[in-house]
Amino acid sequence: MGVALTRAAQWTTASSGTGKLEITPVNESLLKEILEFVEQFSSRHPQEAKHVFKEPLQWTTSLEASDFKTEYDISGPTVKSHETDKDGHPMLQLTPPSISVHSFSQLSKIVQLATDKRLKEVRACLEANRDPVAKMLGPSFATVEGEDSSVLRLLEKVKEGDQAKETEIKVKLIILLQQLDTQLLMPFHPPPHSVYYEFTNGCRTPPWRQVHGEICYLVIKPCDTQPLHITCSTAGVFLNGGIRQEGEENSYDRTSDVYKDLVTLLKSKSPHFAENINKQVGFHVKQVAMLIVISCWLLLLSKTPGGVGGADDFSESSSESEEDEEQSERRTESNTDLPSEYWQIQKLVKYLKGGNQTATVIALCSMRDFNLAQETCQLAIRDVGGLEVLINLLDTEEIKCKIGSLKILKEISRNSQIRRAIADLGGLQTMVKILDSPDKDLKYLAAETIANVAKFRRARRTVRQHGGIKRLVELLDCVPDSAALTEEQEKDVEVARCGALALWSCSKSTRNKEAIRKAGGIPLLARLLKSPHENMLIPVVGTLQECASERSYRIAIQTEGMIEDLVKNLNCDNHELQMHCASAIFKCAEDKRTRDLVRQCEGLQPLVTLLSQADNKQLLAATTGAIWKCSISMENVAKFQDYKALETLVGLLTDQPEEVLVNVVGALGEGAQKPANRATIRKCGGIQPLVNLLTGTNQALLVNVTKAVGACATELENMTIIDRLDGVRLLWSLLKNQNPDVQASAAWAICPCIENAKDSGEMVRSFVGGLELIVNLLKSTNKEVLASVCAAIAKIAKDEENLAVITDHGVVPMLAKLTNTTDDKLRRHLAEAIARCCMWGSNRVLFGEAGAVAPLVRYLKSKDSSVHQATAQALFQLSKDPNNCITMHDNGVVKLLLGMMGSTDEVLQEAAAGCVANIRRLALANEKARYG
Amino acid sequence: MAEMSAMNRKLIQNLAETLSKQVKHFNKTEAECLIRLFNGLLGDQSDRRVGNGLDRGKFRNILHNTFGMTDDMIMDRVFRAFDKDNDSYVSVKEWIEGLSIFLRGTLDEKIKYCFDVYDLNGDGYISREEMFHMLKNSLIRQPTEEDPDEGIKDLVEITLKKMDHDHDSRLSYADFEKAVRDENLLLEAFGTCLPDAKNLALELSLGHDAHVFLSWTRGRSPANEEDHKVELSRQLGEKLGLCILVSAPGGAKLGKLWVGR
Repeated sequence: MGVALTRAAQWTTASSGTGKLEITPVNESLLKEILEFVEQFSSRHPQEAKHVFKEPLQWTTSLEASDFKTEYDISGPTVKSHETDKDGHPMLQLTPPSISVHSFSQLSKIVQLATDKRLKEVRACLEANRDPVAKMLGPSFATVEGEDSSVLRLLEKVKEGDQAKETEIKVKLIILLQQLDTQLLMPFHPPPHSVYYEFTNGCRTPPWRQVHGEICYLVIKPCDTQPLHITCSTAGVFLNGGIRQEGEENSYDRTSDVYKDLVTLLKSKSPHFAENINKQVGFHVKQVAMLIVISCWLLLLSKTPGGVGGADDFSESSSESEEDEEQSERRTESNTDLPSEYWQIQKLVKYLKGGNQTATVIALCSMRDFNLAQETCQLAIRDVGGLEVLINLLDTEEIKCKIGSLKILKEISRNSQIRRAIADLGGLQTMVKILDSPDKDLKYLAAETIANVAKFRRARRTVRQHGGIKRLVELLDCVPDSAALTEEQEKDVEVARCGALALWSCSKSTRNKEAIRKAGGIPLLARLLKSPHENMLIPVVGTLQECASERSYRIAIQTEGMIEDLVKNLNCDNHELQMHCASAIFKCAEDKRTRDLVRQCEGLQPLVTLLSQADNKQLLAATTGAIWKCSISMENVAKFQDYKALETLVGLLTDQPEEVLVNVVGALGEGAQKPANRATIRKCGGIQPLVNLLTGTNQALLVNVTKAVGACATELENMTIIDRLDGVRLLWSLLKNQNPDVQASAAWAICPCIENAKDSGEMVRSFVGGLELIVNLLKSTNKEVLASVCAAIAKIAKDEENLAVITDHGVVPMLAKLTNTTDDKLRRHLAEAIARCCMWGSNRVLFGEAGAVAPLVRYLKSKDSSVHQATAQALFQLSKDPNNCITMHDNGVVKLLLGMMGSTDEVLQEAAAGCVANIRRLALANEKARYG
Repeated sequence: MAEMSAMNRKLIQNLAETLSKQVKHFNKTEAECLIRLFNGLLGDQSDRRVGNGLDRGKFRNILHNTFGMTDDMIMDRVFRAFDKDNDSYVSVKEWIEGLSIFLRGTLDEKIKYCFDVYDLNGDGYISREEMFHMLKNSLIRQPTEEDPDEGIKDLVEITLKKMDHDHDSRLSYADFEKAVRDENLLLEAFGTCLPDAKNLALELSLGHDAHVFLSWTRGRSPANEEDHKVELSRQLGEKLGLCILVSAPGGAKLGKLWVGR
């Protein structure tokens, strides 16, 4: 209503400040409309009515306490509503003559109880609140002349997904308010004859243009100039190069100045428009222009995910972002000319409804002659009630009608709106039943249609809940591998193929994966995996790789010998199939046995060969992912070395999408565990791009990049390059990242850098606030972060000056506080850090006072021998303080250390012996003092 | 009497042997069953020598009761298609030849058969008028409409658009054949004249012998036969006084709105 108030309403003074609404017919009718809207709001939209306004609407009212009845606390002249917000503040408060209201439900009530004063109240309210929308929803939704991006802003929030429910209500509220705007402006502003509007391309900009802020494209045909091709963007409106169809990229380019709004643009482009807009009628034109923009926003809104289903929807976890989430209907466009297909389809649907089997079959066959891939036809079938008839036909006994109907449903269900409609009409239940039919044509058509419809979560659940998964799995049972098939066997294969297609769609929901397994799908899929036909293999491998997110499937893929078939198909020449195979290996190769199998089946070389398909990014992502995971085994790394995989991978470090980069860098990080490969990465020029990637934001990528850079830094020559590129500073700044995985990975990478960089002590000091930052990470609750930071501190503390600084930052008590841990990895690095930190001032004494000694003694009982060495060194350092010796002795350290003195680890031997010697020396001195 | 039946049996066996060689889709046993069936249907009427086989009425009864056909005109046309020599009786040979296509015909044979049924005047073309005639009961008539036949006329135009490839406003055999090959659903474009596939098996009873199943769909594997084995409806057979039993699983329900008859 903000737009209507600022633009349509006639105010006494300028648009700013308080003004009065003039007593004019336009204003009268506006007020009445608003009144009606408010009055009915509570009953029509009960949920939205409860939304608490950001700020209350306040105005000087003529209402008195006596006007209020039940549901209000009345004390003297003041009134408070029983209805409160969640903090207990009343939603309505009256302190005459001032009233403040926090929700639509209260506004509705006021209008109802104000009886004959209602119009007056609405007027007073609007005069006191010139921009009610801003108060209701917050200042970011203020109605600004010339631009209104409130919906867009809200959309941003919806996308962020925080407080989904709250935001959803807000979205609804703003839509309702905008609908009111539209309604307010519509009646007295019919479109003038001088301008003809036509929507193009569904008024929706393609995603890659949306990043430029483009909202929609319009073609406006003024009567006096050429048609204007206009882009509406968040920056304003401008002429474009004449967008007709997607793909002509340069046609999106701006060919005019940017205007602040459509009206200004039209004024400058069409003299006729400019002339008229300044006359009385011009006002109307302005409104119409604005209406177009509103319509476009609504359209945009309707295209964005935002629907929220029942609680059960959320329990259905999904392995990937939904291909299409619940969407609301597309609005507007109702006035555009309907295409001729629409009327023809309507006629055919009439015959479907009122015809016998013969007429029905003719109508069905005729309908198939329309271009069912075209959205116009798909939606026409739905809009004339054709979907209901088609789905009803599936419930009859007439096989020919069922086949004909499914052949149409199969095609039009490629459209996401149709999918939803089919599900809403109960079509899935019927199709699941048809899977039991003895007629093979019916079976495969039903399965193929289910495959199309089950592209969204609710549909997948419906299929499962009606026993569809079990039936679909049964379809897989055929003999695919005999060379010459009879006609009947070929049909069996087709049935199995469509069953696999449907399972592939369904397998995107976790519970369906489980259901497929329980129905015995895995061995059947394994059998079909031997098929020689690509069109069979794609859905089968697609399903398998989808399900490989589950451990049970990964084990089955390994134990049922499917790795061999997957590897075999890596060698085919179908990119899609290769991609699914690589993706399945990617997911399964977390397991060592699987990695070995891939190698034994000679699957590593084909993976490296596939790297040459760098143009197909999905394939490349899957391939590099498989290489990454396979590289976790050193035997595989050696093979990849033979195939010169790293050289190719380094070349993929630039100009790749992030999903590829994550895997490429992951593979390099694993490969760089071998010294020879570290040199290879350097020689191929890989260090610089790796260091460059440290500035990214993708968390998964950062974890892998830090690991790879850290591995490379163990080589002195590499370190020189990293140092030159200021890589250590970049690593250090990643310690500030919010993600603990990134923090830990960065801290691990910092260790070899400090070890190998020239003048590393000086370098570390040069990072302003760097030492404080890393010490403070000891407050983390993440064990991996703590272990890595301890390791880094042990390296930092080698430099005396830096040790002094971190001591000042309180490293001693913080380390001491961690000593009670039972995590061996942390224990080891913690002991290292303590050993190093003892070297400064009175730190030894301080560790003892902070109670770090006794827990350390217990570390010697750990099963992990690497803990022993570090602990013995720490104890040796601590034993230089007599009080610590006493504590150690009291905790039985001598016996434990004596055992370790016999170790083959010389460092351990020496540290243990040194510690025992210190204790012994103290005892001797003590005796001497006592008896001396 | 015993001699008679023994001789009869011998005759039937010989006839079956001959016919199974002439007719494509039945073996000797099946042919023998069908001959017995034929004789059973003929009944022991005394005028057997007079007539040469099943007359129109008897044949239509079979089509209706056994195969669920409802359209009078189509049933007449089916009778004409069976009665090759046009003598108004379906002889035993015509019976077996007809059933061979009716129950087990290949697509080619069925296209030919259906075209013959639909070509009402036998001039080799299905004309607009013939289509109109065959489709005239296929739509619910809206009494409110100005021209109640408008829908039918439109349906005829739709069919012509779809099937009349040479654009001469009538369907030649070539037109019909091409259309059906492109879309098998159009085989019975102008009315049901073949047994519905939902009637899966035809069982012939041979007195005390084991039941022999005559499949209506060709090439069914034996494993499937077990699946598709249909509940016998002996009561129906007894009621009809026939030894031919047909089962339609779930009964011959008319699922959809059914106009005509």
